[in-house]
Amino acid sequence: MALLQIKDLSVTFDSQDGPVHAVNNLSLSIDKGQTLGIVGESGSGKSQTAFSIMGLLAGNGRTSGSIKFDGQEILGASPKVLNSLRAKRIAMIFQDPMTSLNPYMKIADQMAEVLTLHQGMSKRDAVAECVRMLDAVKIPAAKERIRLYPHEFSGGMRQRVMIAMSLLCRPDLLIADEPTTALDVTVQAQIMDLLNDLQREFGMATVLITHDLGVVAGFCEKVLVMYGGRVMESAPTDPLFAQPTHPYTRGLLGAVPRVDDEDASMTAIPGNPPNMASPPSGCPFRPRCNYAGEDCYVMPPLADFAPGRARACHRPVEKVIA
Amino acid sequence: MTALVSVRDLNVTFPIARPGDMPWTAPRLLRAVNGVSFDLEPGQTLGVVGESGCGKSTMARGLIQMVPATGQVIWEGKTDLLSLSPRQMKPHRADIQMVFQDPLASLNPRMTVGQIIAEPLRTHRPSMSAKDRRASVAQMMERVGLLPQMINRYPHEFSGGQCQRIGIARALIVGPKLLICDEPVSALDVSIQAQVVDLLKELQRDLGLAMIFIAHDLSVVKNISHDVMVLYLGRVMEKAPRRELYANPQHPYTQALLSAVPVPDPVIERAKKIIALDGDMPSPMSPPSGCVFRTRCARAMPDCATIVPQPEGGDHRVACLHPGPVRDAELV
Repeated sequence: MALLQIKDLSVTFDSQDGPVHAVNNLSLSIDKGQTLGIVGESGSGKSQTAFSIMGLLAGNGRTSGSIKFDGQEILGASPKVLNSLRAKRIAMIFQDPMTSLNPYMKIADQMAEVLTLHQGMSKRDAVAECVRMLDAVKIPAAKERIRLYPHEFSGGMRQRVMIAMSLLCRPDLLIADEPTTALDVTVQAQIMDLLNDLQREFGMATVLITHDLGVVAGFCEKVLVMYGGRVMESAPTDPLFAQPTHPYTRGLLGAVPRVDDEDASMTAIPGNPPNMASPPSGCPFRPRCNYAGEDCYVMPPLADFAPGRARACHRPVEKVIA
Repeated sequence: MTALVSVRDLNVTFPIARPGDMPWTAPRLLRAVNGVSFDLEPGQTLGVVGESGCGKSTMARGLIQMVPATGQVIWEGKTDLLSLSPRQMKPHRADIQMVFQDPLASLNPRMTVGQIIAEPLRTHRPSMSAKDRRASVAQMMERVGLLPQMINRYPHEFSGGQCQRIGIARALIVGPKLLICDEPVSALDVSIQAQVVDLLKELQRDLGLAMIFIAHDLSVVKNISHDVMVLYLGRVMEKAPRRELYANPQHPYTQALLSAVPVPDPVIERAKKIIALDGDMPSPMSPPSGCVFRTRCARAMPDCATIVPQPEGGDHRVACLHPGPVRDAELV
């Protein structure tokens, strides 16, 4: 049985300009210990998917569908049920390590809170455990530095604190929402390396949400490509990068300059991302797609086309070429 | 060919008062930019890379006196811009324009696109008639890929990529010779970055613009630059023509930066070895003696603590006492 099974998840926000459909009919599943990357640009719905899993959607958000964690339905579950899972079994790392740590609390206090609250540990034992975890994420002189406030740490070190905090209860599932976007490349390399080691060591399933295809390539076994609130393509990492068939995936790969490429060439995708308050009819990528035709005014279903691979496209590239 | 701009020994220093300091205590000095020199020719792009806090934005701001700087910024082989008073500087400000990182925050939300793009004309060409100004704005909007009928709209009605086009139109309307782009694409989505980079390259080709392109993304810089300069703690570590720098980096810091860039190819990315940099960048308030990079450098020797390496060489300058290709032992 899958650890996390999402079926037909839709997230809609009520706004002054009418409903905004942020996520539409998303399905995914992750097994124990697996790594899944969710790739997409801003407004693609990748973060809202993560927030629905954790029950952290904004107040005007409505959801439908099903999210099963370890067989238990958690979509729309009560705070009491969710609180028994949060941190303990599902943990999350956020993008901005400064705003997600409490600036008024010492690292020791905010980390230990996790353990005293969820595992009923004494403060003293909790702090000792926190120091061990800070050592595990390679914060030098953890014993002394745990007494400091967040602003006394650099961005990379703060993100290490966030990671350590999320791992305190040895969760089965870790959701990392753009964990390295705010960091420099050298620090990003350190953090991804660390996450890789910890993921292997603790055997936790991990959902990595990012816009960086390079980071996904190095970390994930499976990838979900999102655009305009919908899943465009889902596949194991290797074939997705080797033979992308969805026009959006191909466009995205072409738009990213590669440092190992002679001229680091990049091919722009024309047009602008959809305004989610008034999305285009049919396939959200249609207005920017080179291959779009009349049939694309109807949203194609996400259909399997090879083992483990699915895509939502009427005109996948192999078909157009053939 | 004379360089459009020759920068010699540019320094930017900020006085920092410590809490508890008395008014008469001398403030400590933070040297944000330390001895940066380079030449830039018309139609060429200088890419400036480095981690946050390395002084790349401050350097650009120092060039145009947005922050006080010392040294020389020789414009067209004649005038030292840093020696000019604000009044004398004003005519040169039309020659050097800037594009900023945050496309929406750098546009006044209460001005229409037409007003935003026309503002530099009001400042630098006050005698221009309103009709000519409007025509010139419409023409520039078309040039950067905006529909001229959007002239009366407000910035919030545009997407990030379009806002950046507005910022570019505003910078180019007075016909500058040098465009300073401070992280112009890092706030944009991947699919939009390429559009803006293409636009900048096209404008450079057509208008013969020189550009200083500041970015932390080494792949984008590789795409757009002719020369690339690597900064660390306010100092130039390495500067070379683009291909040379990426194919044959000599400075251990450049090598570490390049090795850390993720490659969107799972086979390469998983097998890749990187040069791991331990710890964080030291505080610019108390930089290490000698070579500023030595505290994180695998090649550091005792002499690195005493001698400040100068960027030496012709086209390919390296500020390192022990330069050379990557050694196998440095990779992890």
